[in-house]
Amino acid sequence: MAGADRNQRSVRHIVLVAAAMFGFGYLLVPLYNVFCEITGLNGKTGRIEEAEVAASYRPDPSRTVTIQFVASNSAGMPWNFRPAVATMAVHPGQLYATYFVAANHTGRRMVAQAIPSMAPTRAARYFNKTECFCFNQQPLEAGEEKEMPLRFIVDPRLPKDIKTLTLVYSLFEVTGRTASR
Amino acid sequence: MSTATATYDEHHEHGPDKGLIRWITTTNHKDIGTLYLVFALIMFFIGGAMAMVIRAELFQPGMQLVDPQFFNSMTTVHALVMIFGAVMPAFTGLANWLIPMMIGAPDMALPRMNNLSFWILPFAFTLLLSTFFMDGGGPAGGWTLYPPLALQMGDGFPFMIFAIHLAGISSIMGSINVIVTILNMRAPGMTLMKMPLFVWTWLITAYLLIATMPVLAGAVTMLLTDKFAGTSFFNAAGGGDPVMYQHIFWFFGHPEVYILILPAFGIISAIVPTFARKPLFGYSSMVYATASIAFLSFIVWAHHMFTVGMPVVGELFFMYATMMIAVPTGVKVFNWVSTMWKGAMTFETPMLFAIGFIMMFTIGGFSGLMLAIAPADFQYHDTYFVVAHFHYVLVTGAIYSIMAATYYWLPKWTGNMYDERLGKIHFWLSTISVNVLFFPQHFLGLAGMPRRIPDYSVQFADWNMVSSIGGFVFGASQLLFLWMVIKAIRGGEKASDQVWEGANGLEWTLPSPPPYHSFTEAPAIK
Repeated sequence: MAGADRNQRSVRHIVLVAAAMFGFGYLLVPLYNVFCEITGLNGKTGRIEEAEVAASYRPDPSRTVTIQFVASNSAGMPWNFRPAVATMAVHPGQLYATYFVAANHTGRRMVAQAIPSMAPTRAARYFNKTECFCFNQQPLEAGEEKEMPLRFIVDPRLPKDIKTLTLVYSLFEVTGRTASR
Repeated sequence: MSTATATYDEHHEHGPDKGLIRWITTTNHKDIGTLYLVFALIMFFIGGAMAMVIRAELFQPGMQLVDPQFFNSMTTVHALVMIFGAVMPAFTGLANWLIPMMIGAPDMALPRMNNLSFWILPFAFTLLLSTFFMDGGGPAGGWTLYPPLALQMGDGFPFMIFAIHLAGISSIMGSINVIVTILNMRAPGMTLMKMPLFVWTWLITAYLLIATMPVLAGAVTMLLTDKFAGTSFFNAAGGGDPVMYQHIFWFFGHPEVYILILPAFGIISAIVPTFARKPLFGYSSMVYATASIAFLSFIVWAHHMFTVGMPVVGELFFMYATMMIAVPTGVKVFNWVSTMWKGAMTFETPMLFAIGFIMMFTIGGFSGLMLAIAPADFQYHDTYFVVAHFHYVLVTGAIYSIMAATYYWLPKWTGNMYDERLGKIHFWLSTISVNVLFFPQHFLGLAGMPRRIPDYSVQFADWNMVSSIGGFVFGASQLLFLWMVIKAIRGGEKASDQVWEGANGLEWTLPSPPPYHSFTEAPAIK
């Protein structure tokens, strides 16, 4: 019957569309990540190699920006986690170093992953790190305390109206999970 | 329950099986339409019972009846049941009953798949409701299932996810059937621009379903693998982002709200001309308005998440895109009002519900415009104002249209008139109580009462009590509706073939009730 053939052809087309849309749902994941990296959306800060710093940036001593450091534990994370200094006054284009302190007061070895976030979010893409404890998972033995280093540089192209940046690190327990990225 | 048995004796070999097996094995569009509608009605009362628990707990400030976890599972499952179990199956049921009769087709294009797509649903909702008896209880993180909260659900979590998968598969199959039927099975001469608007709106709705349901399936699958397979789509510790879930979810979620309302536009566009005794004003503009709403629905999703921390440019884009939807929607309301203008109107129950729809859906539309204003939304976000808004568009919008449709086509389906006096009582009781129920929630929301919380500060007490009283009356009025439907199925004054004096369309040329197999030969289209 010609009608049945036509129906089957229509069904094949529509099923194909549905399958493609299922794939599109997954495609949104890399699209979203690329979009956030380009725009700095959701406070995703950047990374830069130390060797490139001198070539890319020139310090701007006429301008001072305040950086506030905040440490936060995600639900169920028992470590003591705090920034070494609460605020720093920095010149854009110059490399600075500071550190956070993490202490594992539990009786077992634990592994943590720190996730950065920046406010205001539109400043995030002007904040670059050459070294960060957030680049890797951080193991601490039972009772161990450790200084976790951070080296960063603020891009001089940071919009003029931004005078204060807040950098938050949230600590997540990832013991027993392998690094996925 | 049998509504289509009048003439099967003449064609005994084609008649339905006897008893229960008829309903399990049936491939007849009228039987399957009935199954969908009965299922939707059952789910409407289950979801309604949950709403009664919510309103009872909120009757007074303080914790009265249920514990907070159970309260939150009530709000969550109420939404899931009403959206996926009541409104969507009711529309699919109407599509099954009406589309073949409206376009002069003998049945749906894919009858066996039709049977399967219905029979998946009872299993889906058994899975969903069974989570209440598991360790950790039912889903309680809101129907949007935002991680990480949704991932904290107990043993029932995979059951809920699979329930959503099944309901999604069911509605995708239903949509495939609708599209194929409309594209391939129209009677000769029934061109696209001659189709009744209910058929048009369903065609567009079906495309929306095909495009968005798989995205929801993907999103909940990601939740599932995040919980059990160690992926990190939404887990910040693994490099994922919980906000991304909101983007993916609302990419489905916003078209979904039009899935819940476009068929309603089709129903109202059928009823208003009948009782105004005038042809529909601006038929082609209605078609184009529906298509534009469907298109715009894909580019406005982030207005559900203005407060997540978007750049100003993003907020402006989504704000203006959202406001643009008011234009085609305004065209529709204008056309319905113009259809009534200088018409010879009568106010039988379907018309009352249709006019109630136009009035109250518009109220919901206006509160939607208020919510679309990004800077103002920071105040309204997650308050009872949002609850009032979407209940105006879903209860007095979608549900009212389904009730209007039931009153309008029930005499055709059963061959018996419903009780007009009771129908009018049902309308007025419902309309007064639903406004007592939801209108004060606007005030509560503007005053800052958050949604999804079982307790509230005392300054919200008065309007909550008023709202709860409205809720109980509205809930009880629906028992009247149930009684009327049962009464019309069992008997009553016989309906003529045309049923309504001003009714136009192929379904009214069939006998009431229509034979089990109708339009086995294509009708002539003028």
